[in-house]
Amino acid sequence: MTSSFFAEKEIYNGLLLSRTIILQELINFLMDYFLELLLGGLTKGSIYALIALGYTMVYGIIELINFAHGEIYMIGAFTALIAASILNMLGLGQITILILASILAIIYSSAYGFTMEKIAYKPLRHSPRLSPLISAIGMSIFFQNYVLLAQTSDFLPFPSLLPEFEFLQPYRHIIRSPEIFILFTTVVVMVLLTVLIKFTKVGKAMRATAQDRKMAMLVGVDVNKIISMTFVIGSSTAAIGGVLIASFIGQINFYIGFIAGIKAFTAAVLGGIGSIPGAVVGSLILGCTESFATGYVLSDYEDVFAFGLLVLILIFRPAGILGKSSSEKV
Amino acid sequence: MHIFEEIKKSTITAVWFVFLTFPIMVIRVNTIHKTIEWRWDNMIMVAVGSFALSFVWRYFMEHRQAPKPEAMGRGVPWIQNARQAIKHPVFFYSAIALLTVFAVIFPFIFSRYQVNIMTTALIYVMLGLGLNIVVGLAGLLDLGYVAFYAVGAYSYALLHLHYGLNFWICLPLGAGLAALFGIILGFPVLRLRGDYLAIVTLGFGEIIRLVLENWNEFSKGPSGIAEIPRPPIPGVELSLSESSVFLYFLVIILTLFTVFVVNRLRNSRIGRAWIALREDEIACQAMGVNKTATKLTAFALGATWAGMAGVIFAAKTTFINPASFTFLESAIILSIVVLGGMGSIVGVIASALILILLPEYLRAFSEYRMLLFGAVLVIMMVFRPQGLVSTVRQTYQFKGLKKDKEVG
Repeated sequence: MTSSFFAEKEIYNGLLLSRTIILQELINFLMDYFLELLLGGLTKGSIYALIALGYTMVYGIIELINFAHGEIYMIGAFTALIAASILNMLGLGQITILILASILAIIYSSAYGFTMEKIAYKPLRHSPRLSPLISAIGMSIFFQNYVLLAQTSDFLPFPSLLPEFEFLQPYRHIIRSPEIFILFTTVVVMVLLTVLIKFTKVGKAMRATAQDRKMAMLVGVDVNKIISMTFVIGSSTAAIGGVLIASFIGQINFYIGFIAGIKAFTAAVLGGIGSIPGAVVGSLILGCTESFATGYVLSDYEDVFAFGLLVLILIFRPAGILGKSSSEKV
Repeated sequence: MHIFEEIKKSTITAVWFVFLTFPIMVIRVNTIHKTIEWRWDNMIMVAVGSFALSFVWRYFMEHRQAPKPEAMGRGVPWIQNARQAIKHPVFFYSAIALLTVFAVIFPFIFSRYQVNIMTTALIYVMLGLGLNIVVGLAGLLDLGYVAFYAVGAYSYALLHLHYGLNFWICLPLGAGLAALFGIILGFPVLRLRGDYLAIVTLGFGEIIRLVLENWNEFSKGPSGIAEIPRPPIPGVELSLSESSVFLYFLVIILTLFTVFVVNRLRNSRIGRAWIALREDEIACQAMGVNKTATKLTAFALGATWAGMAGVIFAAKTTFINPASFTFLESAIILSIVVLGGMGSIVGVIASALILILLPEYLRAFSEYRMLLFGAVLVIMMVFRPQGLVSTVRQTYQFKGLKKDKEVG
């Protein structure tokens, strides 16, 4: 729209009316853009939340930053890709493929999480704090290169598995169906997880182990089994996140786990590591921050914003938003 | 039967790993041409490999003893004897002499290619020794060490590009700038506990790399900076191969300087403060060690060597771009320190040479280099957390009434 266009319009239609309309349209446009960014941020945030849960649960129980957790998510996405491609060639329907591929991804991710704990972390239960962390970094590098060597270093196109909803067509410019689907799935997973931890016997044992491992052992909790369980649950939510994001973005490679892992960790720390609602809140905040920062400020620096936020949080409020700050006991 | 029991366990492990690696190792899909490739030979490899390795794993698990505090650094008797033998002056000085002769004649008997590889390996020795100050001595896990390396390399490249400063001015400047960055990073993260510190330094390293990649006006972005001059000797015109030999000797001198400084630092007041801080922060503060200053000097001194190594790296390759400074580079340097033994100088030198030279000479293995680095980190942590060469603790012993001091 040029200024001459405005001038003509003003001559023909009168001054005030047209101005209101233009203003209205501008506001509408800005609102739409804002909503688009917000919903995009929430979608991203819910994916981070699915990964961050694994970090926060493992940290809650054995105080270990499971550096290789992002790689578990990547392996989940790869398993889903392989399964989906094969099922696609067999000519199954989209929803069937989505469900079967997700189940396989969950099974394999949990199996990897379980095995990783047995090999790299369990022998180090009583070592100094840095030992399991270094071991976790080793695991992360190992998994990345394992997938790189066994599969490929290229980006693989991921089939779009998420369903399209008819009723969302009019709002296409604001939100797409996969985003709604991701948000919905995340909410379901969160509810299930909350029920598991609050109301089941396993959940109770988990909470007990997190509070005091020795005491939990004394009252008859099989601590090793509970720790394995935690890894399995964390890995399966990461696998769900992997399937969703890969299908949403449409391509994966061996390196996606690293960045996603760091960001999910940022989210977990932001919310207060060890706290499950904290991980969700932190993830949503991180997702929105990234979305708004790239939408309004600078688009090249998305990762810089995430890491900058992490550094700031750790410096000013290491306990996070919902975490309890505790001083070290002597 | 004992044997059958063991075989059964290994079979179960093998079956589990076959299941685990099945989709990634066996199937490869081509999503564009819609074809599936089945690689059954990989499955046999995994089965046989995991069956054999599970025996080894269990054997070492059974013989793994937790390192007892008083036995730390003393180790197995034959190592102790070997240490004594090495200490013997005749042996010690002849070994030094042999090494010196070898180092001096190396560039004249081997090709330029070999000299370049050796220079790279020595740069990693410097990096390893620098990180050893931060991780090994002070116990601060720094995962963003490569950022300081990048600061050094870029400060030489940019100072040369914009102001035409030569190598000899940039070497101390790069080191100084890296130290400054070390302090800037170190200051806010002092309060953080070990594992948080690791993540913040990782974030910091990534921020530096991303800024270098995206800020085109400043750093020329992903395309990098080319035509960085090699170190000049005033008044002497050097050919390409002469200048790489010169660089080799320069790196040797700087490495020796590093070894000298790190060795002196370790036994100094500040070095002991680092070790004490690593062992017990609270007790250390109670004894009156200034925590802030001690940690900051560790960061700054560690970063100094990275900066220096960065300047040399830029001068050696004559081209730098942000892709040389990824997290993997930090991970390689960390593997060097962990494999060598945290705090041990000889160990770090040995492991840097092993980890950098082996993949160069075993070309067949170079593809698996990073895979092995990852495995090395895990295996070392599980079976030998003190590294190849564990540091000998400084101990004081009472022998009767006479107080006898033993310095290790």
